[in-house]
Amino acid sequence: MTGVPLLDQHLLSVLIGLPLVGAAALLFLPREGHRTIRNVTFLFTLAEFLLSLLVVARFESGTAAMQLVESVPWIPRYGIGYIVGVDGISLWLLMLTTFIMPITILSAYSSVQKHVKEFMVFMLILATAMVGVFVATDLFLFYVFWEMVLIPMYFLIGVWGGERRIYAAIKFFLYTFVGSVLMLVAILALYFHHYAVTGTYTTDLVKLYSLTIPVKMQFWLFAAFFLAFAFKVPMFPFHTWLPDAHTEAPTAGSVILAAVLLKMGTYGFLRFAMALFPVAASDFTPLIVTLAVIGILYGALVAMVQKDVKRLVAYSSVAHLGFVMLGLFALNLQGIEGGILQMINHGVSTGALFLVVGIIYERRHTRLISEFGGLSRVLPVFAFCFMVITLSSIGLPGTNGFVGEFLIMLGAFRTHMWHTAVAATGVIFAAVYMLWMFQRVMYGKVTQEENLRLEDMNGREVAYMLPLLLLVFWIGVYPQPFLRRMDASVAAFVTRFEAQKQAALRGSPAGETMLVRYFDSGK
Amino acid sequence: MIRYAYLIPFLPLSSFFVNIAVGKRLPRKGDWLSLATIAACLLMSIGIFYEVFRAYDPNFRYHVVVPWLSVGNRFVIDAGILIDNVTAVMLLVVTIVSTLVHLFSIGYMHGDPRYNRFFAYLSIFSFSMLGLVLSESLFFIYIFWELVGLSSYLLIGFWFEKKSAADAGKKAFIVNRVGDFGFLIGILIIFSTCGVLGYDQVFQAIGQGKLSGTLLTLAGIGVFCGAIGKSAQFPLHVWLPDAMEGPTPVSALIHAATMVAAGVYLVGRVYPIFTPDALLFIAYVGLITLFIAATIAVTQNDIKRVLAYSTVSQLGYMVMGLGVGGYTAGLAHLATHAAFKACLFLGSGSVIHAVHSQDIREMGALRRKMPITFVTFLIATLAISGVPFFSGFYSKDMILAAALEFGMKHPQHMIFFLGGLFTAGLTAFYMFRLVILTFFGKPVDHHKFDHAHESPPSMWVPLVVLAALCFSFWYSGWFGTLIRKPASAANPAAVSSPAPAVPAERGLAPMEHAAVPAPSPSREPAPAEPGHGQAPSHGTSVAGEASHAAGPSAHGESLAEAGHEAHLAHQAHAYAMYSSVTVGALGILLAFVVYFFGWIDPARVANAVKPLYEFLLNKWYFDELYEATVIEGSKAFSRFLAWFDLNVVDGLVNLAARLGVFLSFLVGKFDNYVVDGAVNGVATVTISSGSVLRRLQTGKLYHYVFVLAGGALIIFIIRAF
Repeated sequence: MTGVPLLDQHLLSVLIGLPLVGAAALLFLPREGHRTIRNVTFLFTLAEFLLSLLVVARFESGTAAMQLVESVPWIPRYGIGYIVGVDGISLWLLMLTTFIMPITILSAYSSVQKHVKEFMVFMLILATAMVGVFVATDLFLFYVFWEMVLIPMYFLIGVWGGERRIYAAIKFFLYTFVGSVLMLVAILALYFHHYAVTGTYTTDLVKLYSLTIPVKMQFWLFAAFFLAFAFKVPMFPFHTWLPDAHTEAPTAGSVILAAVLLKMGTYGFLRFAMALFPVAASDFTPLIVTLAVIGILYGALVAMVQKDVKRLVAYSSVAHLGFVMLGLFALNLQGIEGGILQMINHGVSTGALFLVVGIIYERRHTRLISEFGGLSRVLPVFAFCFMVITLSSIGLPGTNGFVGEFLIMLGAFRTHMWHTAVAATGVIFAAVYMLWMFQRVMYGKVTQEENLRLEDMNGREVAYMLPLLLLVFWIGVYPQPFLRRMDASVAAFVTRFEAQKQAALRGSPAGETMLVRYFDSGK
Repeated sequence: MIRYAYLIPFLPLSSFFVNIAVGKRLPRKGDWLSLATIAACLLMSIGIFYEVFRAYDPNFRYHVVVPWLSVGNRFVIDAGILIDNVTAVMLLVVTIVSTLVHLFSIGYMHGDPRYNRFFAYLSIFSFSMLGLVLSESLFFIYIFWELVGLSSYLLIGFWFEKKSAADAGKKAFIVNRVGDFGFLIGILIIFSTCGVLGYDQVFQAIGQGKLSGTLLTLAGIGVFCGAIGKSAQFPLHVWLPDAMEGPTPVSALIHAATMVAAGVYLVGRVYPIFTPDALLFIAYVGLITLFIAATIAVTQNDIKRVLAYSTVSQLGYMVMGLGVGGYTAGLAHLATHAAFKACLFLGSGSVIHAVHSQDIREMGALRRKMPITFVTFLIATLAISGVPFFSGFYSKDMILAAALEFGMKHPQHMIFFLGGLFTAGLTAFYMFRLVILTFFGKPVDHHKFDHAHESPPSMWVPLVVLAALCFSFWYSGWFGTLIRKPASAANPAAVSSPAPAVPAERGLAPMEHAAVPAPSPSREPAPAEPGHGQAPSHGTSVAGEASHAAGPSAHGESLAEAGHEAHLAHQAHAYAMYSSVTVGALGILLAFVVYFFGWIDPARVANAVKPLYEFLLNKWYFDELYEATVIEGSKAFSRFLAWFDLNVVDGLVNLAARLGVFLSFLVGKFDNYVVDGAVNGVATVTISSGSVLRRLQTGKLYHYVFVLAGGALIIFIIRAF
């Protein structure tokens, strides 16, 4: 306890609000003072990260319940509340968000030169929205934050992006928005169902968890959530917005997109779609696992022949997220914990990869692999960082990627033996496309004149790369602190999933609502 | 000493960190640090070996674990170390060769711009290799397995400006990953059925029948796939010859003596999980490998490539030896091979250093310029050729004996012995071809010859030490006693006998376990055989297999048969020894006839069998085959997928978007023309009909009269009909 009431009782709200305060503060700064604007933004995000460490400090790993809960009625007439909390599932995603923010701001010091003020304001709004997504435990509140992420990201791509930025931004927006609308419909259906069964309106997730939802209704609601989250993850075949968005976005945008935004999809599956509709989730499992495995191989193979480094990394994300989905839908402890850990790992590794690409892009203004070659000799520090990140991305033991993938496969092999065996070949392909790319960029002789004059990473770049490298090795060598804090929540999730599934299969007792009649009329 | 064994891997790790970070600024660029840490490891390994040797117990075990990772309460992965006789020997092998290679590198790598990084890489290799040797579970051996792969990748591609070097590094890593894929599947099968990954726990679970039958065979083959990759067995042997792009000390340390032998070590480590079917598979892979590699080695002209193929071939011997049940034989060959092959590679490094060429056709007569290199190289060649009193004779002979014994029991598998024997002759031939062309005869390239010189002491001292280790008396006797074939985990006898579960001591307080599961009667040493110390192991292997084949009901019988089996082993061993000596002598003789005396012209022979020669020279076209099928195939498929992604998947998305836009366009038009049109339409109709009707009112009388008359006429006509 800090003795400051605000921090003691409203820590999560402080984390949500602080970036907004920062954004408001920026508005009062003169728009020409780029340096001040950047520094102020950086300080705000850094403070945000330091404060979020308090969450870890106060987190109790023994319990599965929501912690640091704040619950205030918001629109009491409709049962909508401002309810936030963290548990073992969301803790590390929250930490990943606050951790990655100062890093991206630092990286944007040099890469963003126009409309600096607006850029930083959008970044801070984005931070608030992302933190909100991971701590909201009220469906309505979650939806608000979920949509709130969309707007700043749309502008980040559309204003500060590359040549085809408008196309990419609109594609990103439409794709996600279509999903969101379906999700909204499902949320409303759930909301009215709860009223029909219990007689009260609520969007409190914990209350909704205890609801037993009829089987067929689960099917349709899950389908709606599935689309919303599958678009976001993205799962094959809904992934094509990703290469465009990743490639066109500015470095900072790509980093945030890869590190945090994609995790909103996988997190959504775990927190909402699977937890609320266990029967449907089980029914969908063969489909989802198959799509995940296709995504792993497909992403890896397509990545192999990309000419643009960013597109290559984007397709590798499709493969990595396939692993995450495979782990989550193993529906056992190792698989899900591996999946959550792999979300963090992907955030760290792929985020770092985009930073690495950004560093050479700033110097050469191209991302084409063929423009490089032999950089290892010119840029030794950069070569070291790039190598570590590459190895982490291909899941070499000793780095974070290995622990996550290994746990996922241990878990998934028990439930989906053949799928996992096929997915494991993705490990080979990952080595192929990453090492091939690394070789073409870093090894061999320097072929282009201007590559000889490149400057190695400067102090600021080392400063933001170093924490990522440390995390790569920390999770790779000693993941226990991360896993231990997930244990209780994931175990409770698995137990509740099984129990709720059985309850729903036994038939839902109360609540003969119109919706139920509609969905279950065939029974 | 053994209590501090867990420190061993961390010593090189610390020097890696120091050297990679500040090596450049250290005096002598930090080479002494790497050398000192590995030398300390060597001293500790000697200490451990001394303790193990003093105990002189075939069942010696030292096993400590600490919990490392847990998911929930039930799933725990421990970190720990396991030292038994095999580990102790392997530690010694790794640290001796590694220390000598460090020493050699000081001279060999002198003046390289990335000198400090080279030593840093050597340190991380030593760390991973020692970790691999000490690990006590499949999980940790897999971790270090990949890490040695990483150090191999870094060191092969050490001169990354050369495209061939960068390519070779990548190839090594990827081919190994293919093997590791199988390894991973094996681990997953074991974990999903047994729920544990520690060696002892796995053996125990298999003994309890949690994993058996075909699945157990598959798991065994899966794990062995890792060895196929790392030990360069057919069909994944293609990476090792290319790996010679790395600096020569690296070839000696990693790609001859230690890392490539890790596959053999792995097979030895998890030996109890292999079913007879899996062992047969292993034996055939070994046989194919040893034969193919030896035939290729005959035709190569690059000194390092000849040695590389001979390494592949010798690894094939080890694998085959393990596969046919010669557990002791395979591991003994691992140890002896490490010494003589490291000596050969370092010797070749010394030659390359002197003449700046790798082509043996440009050498010749070097024995006069480099006497120490020559003598040590010759000793190592005698060892690999299987000449009596040299180490290779001792171990290769055991392998052939095991193969023959296997063949005598299963006549349909006599090919193991025959293939092994033929290849032994081939080995002697190509090795002496190498020695003669390099060191004997007349200098071919006088310019290179004149510049040749003996290497500095830091390079020849390791050669001398390694050459000294090429004599058989170092190995015979104790080796066969201390390293015994473990009983199969699925052995019914092992299950029925009250196998005391040996829980490893948790926490840091270590404890020595002398007890080992399943002291079945068949493990009694058979009557000792004079002459060679490995005889007990043969007796053991025979009896063990007999009891396995016979099952528990025939257990007593098998005891009675044990004497007969021991006799068989004795016989097999005698035959194997005579025939291998003969064949080896023939190979050496032929090499002298062709290359020394010149009685047969090799060029004419090559011309006479040109297709075969071309086939061998091109390494059986494996690289071309893989290039044409796997590599090009997957590239083409990837390109297709990329096209598919851009045009079909994304095309559908864009089509949907276009449809949306088109629909909006239609709606817009509809709104414009239909909805709005209806409103406007009413008005238009009124107006236009008005304008039409207006024409009727002309105001002229005769028009009205005409219409009136016409109307009356029509009415009249209608009425009339």
